[in-house]
Amino acid sequence: MSLALRLQDVTFAYGHTPAVLRNVDLDVQRGEFVAIAGPNGGGKTTLVRLIVGLEHPTSGRIELSVDKVGYLPQRAQAGIDAPLTVRELVTAGRASRTRLIGPLGGADRQAVRDAIDRVGLTPQGDRRLSTLSGGQQQRAFIAKALAGDPELLVLDEPTTGVDVEAQEAIAALLQRLRSELAMTILYVSHEFGAVEQFVERIVLVRGEIVFDGPPSALPGVWHDPSHSHA
Amino acid sequence: MLDLEFMRLAFGAGIVVGLLAPAVGFFLVQRRLSLVGDGIGHVAFAGVALGYLLDLPLVLTALAVSVAGGLSIEWIRARRRNAGDQALALIFYTGIAGGVVLVSAAGALNVNLFQFLFGSILTVTRGDLAVIAALGAGALVVIALLYRPLVAVVVDEEGARVAGLPVGALNSLTVVLAAVTIALSMRIVGILLIAALMVLPVIAASRIAWSMRSTMLLGMGIGLGSVFAGITIAYYADLPPGGTTVLVAAVTVLLAETWSVLRR
Ligand SMILES: Nc1ncnc2c1ncn2[C@@H]1O[C@H](COP(=O)(O)OP(=O)(O)OP(=O)(O)O)[C@@H](O)[C@H]1O
Ligand SMILES: [Mg+2]
Repeated sequence: MSLALRLQDVTFAYGHTPAVLRNVDLDVQRGEFVAIAGPNGGGKTTLVRLIVGLEHPTSGRIELSVDKVGYLPQRAQAGIDAPLTVRELVTAGRASRTRLIGPLGGADRQAVRDAIDRVGLTPQGDRRLSTLSGGQQQRAFIAKALAGDPELLVLDEPTTGVDVEAQEAIAALLQRLRSELAMTILYVSHEFGAVEQFVERIVLVRGEIVFDGPPSALPGVWHDPSHSHA
Repeated sequence: MLDLEFMRLAFGAGIVVGLLAPAVGFFLVQRRLSLVGDGIGHVAFAGVALGYLLDLPLVLTALAVSVAGGLSIEWIRARRRNAGDQALALIFYTGIAGGVVLVSAAGALNVNLFQFLFGSILTVTRGDLAVIAALGAGALVVIALLYRPLVAVVVDEEGARVAGLPVGALNSLTVVLAAVTIALSMRIVGILLIAALMVLPVIAASRIAWSMRSTMLLGMGIGLGSVFAGITIAYYADLPPGGTTVLVAAVTVLLAETWSVLRR
């Protein structure tokens, strides 16, 4: 196995406030599926933003040995008011894989169609994002993160507002991405209902990493990962 | 009307300005940076003044100074996320104040300043039109070629950053395009109103369009229509074309808004 990413003694504070993450060490191998859990404000979002490079550690080192990263932010929203179709959104996720200049080639257009299809939105492909339900919009953003064929996929609470059926579809999709494409996946969530069957590693974040191991080894008090502990 | 040389020149410049302003404005509006257009317009004023002072072609000095101003705004904005508003204020007022001081230093305070502030159909020279057409066409080609990455940044800047797109360069390109548009549009629409022509057609289009692409194309159509109508009205009523053009665009926004409300 080869390393996908490594955090060494990472500490992070927003501005001049007390650190929200302290002394984090984390190794993730290629092809691993890592569930990240913890209470509200525990630092899960901060941790993944550090990993994808949107924040920089106050001290410590972060090394990524993967090149293409797909990222689904928590409560993803399009940053625009104009009408935007699902296809246009997902195409934006493909931009990093294509040459910068000129129109989209046939293979890339197919990749966009595939990404839309994987999240089950093909019938809505040309609809405006704002006319879709919240859960459908969330799936469109997942398709956007997938469209760049990432080696590392980082999903911050991807199932918020998504119904059970779609959650299972997303879980099955992630399972497939991992087994067929050996994608490395970081999955932040409060509850792992649908992915529970194949989570092999869970990382609990509460200002630091308080647990890192298989779900079966979780101390009893933490069995519900969304539960917050004083 | 078209028998007159100056009207043909005005319409020629109007085609470029009408298409280019909304095409560039589209990206500013979507990034909620509409006021950047205004800020650069104010800076362009200092550029015009500098041209008077140094006796250089005004389009070129305006272009140079507004590119510099636009890049400074973007530089500050990118560094201090929350200071965008303050950065704009600084550039705005420095631009206007610098312009006034420079113009009076050049002893030109009474010159055709009004024309630069609100536009004039009489002032486009053949040389101007050549510069406007060449740079305007160049800018439109750049937008067409880089449409996808520019859109990707607009739709989700952080996502684009994570995916490895050159976000900083694309953002700088956007403000350079805005600066070019403003320097080119100065003669026709005027420095104080050009930002309106970048923004209003896009707002109107977004009320009736069904996708990003259609918003941009419709916006360009509305921009072109507004400029043509504006110049025509200005000619017959002897008014500044900047004012008439922007009023036409504003009416379009009202109509589009009404239509989108009625359609519901
Ligand atoms: N932009 C910010 N500026 C300052 N402090 C922040 C910022 N974002 C988060 N924080 C603080 O950092 C801590 C960790 O926040 P973070 O969003 O990483 O938690 P989380 O585990 O993702 O929570 P949730 O489950 O609610 O999503 C919190 O105390 C929060 O108040
Ligand atoms: Mg979070």
